[in-house]
Amino acid sequence: MTQVVRVKPMMPPGHVRTPIYLRGKIGTIERSLGEFPNPEDLAYGRPATAKTLHRVRFTMAEVWGAIAENPDDTLDAEIYEHWLEPADAT
Amino acid sequence: MPHDHHDHDHLSPSGHPYRADDDTDLSYWQTMEIAVRELLVEKGITTPAEVADQIETMDARTPSNGAKVVARAWSDPEYHAALMKDASAATREMGFDIGPLKLIAVENTDDTHNMIVCTLCSCYPRNLLGLPPDWYKSRAYRSRTVREPRSVLAEFGVTLPENTTVRVHDSTADMRYIVIPKRPQGTENMSEDELAALVTRDSMIGTGVAKTP
Repeated sequence: MTQVVRVKPMMPPGHVRTPIYLRGKIGTIERSLGEFPNPEDLAYGRPATAKTLHRVRFTMAEVWGAIAENPDDTLDAEIYEHWLEPADAT
Repeated sequence: MPHDHHDHDHLSPSGHPYRADDDTDLSYWQTMEIAVRELLVEKGITTPAEVADQIETMDARTPSNGAKVVARAWSDPEYHAALMKDASAATREMGFDIGPLKLIAVENTDDTHNMIVCTLCSCYPRNLLGLPPDWYKSRAYRSRTVREPRSVLAEFGVTLPENTTVRVHDSTADMRYIVIPKRPQGTENMSEDELAALVTRDSMIGTGVAKTP
């Protein structure tokens, strides 16, 4: 996994733990947290595959654009690997 | 004149407004909870006493647990390093049963201030801080903290210098967070117990700072 990543701008139905306000946003991996059962399966009682979880750090400028309260403040969130792609992917 | 209540009919004898009785029907999920609980008891899987004990255990957790962790981190450099490296293991070592919780400690410094929120629901380090305050679960706190953390902080009475970086942590998945507030000045000679008394719940969520002695 590259260090600079984009959250995939997907909109699947169901129980998803990737906040909509971060979809499509570019950040850097702050640390990787190991594997956890995929909550998108767990929520429905299905056998859950293990997915690597990352803490991704975004700048407020990236998340909110020109209306950011302070562009250099940051926001960290835990995002599963299958929601991330290299930032240079088109 | 005990019956002269014409101006105060809406107040109880204690001077507080009457609160309406909770006479609404059970919701679908409340009914479901009762049904599942009764079945578990009927089948001998749990007992009402076990349920009551668990509620007592949850209610007994208070922010003083987290305050002890912070005070030790302030006092003991080795413990501080262990806490920053693996907060789950370091708090377990102090005897706090954090269950399956994965904990990350984030530290406030001269140039960084951390704040915790869960935009998706109400994830909170309950084992160390007890039950979350109602405002932590409110839509206003959850939506505004990621969008305008400095305005939220100002409403909590915390104003930071412009050159302080605010780091907001959204607990979106399996981690829980505790903020290690900055150690106040003038506390160099204080014991761990004295230090713990300065560590407030809000200072460990990041909506406050530690008290000064």
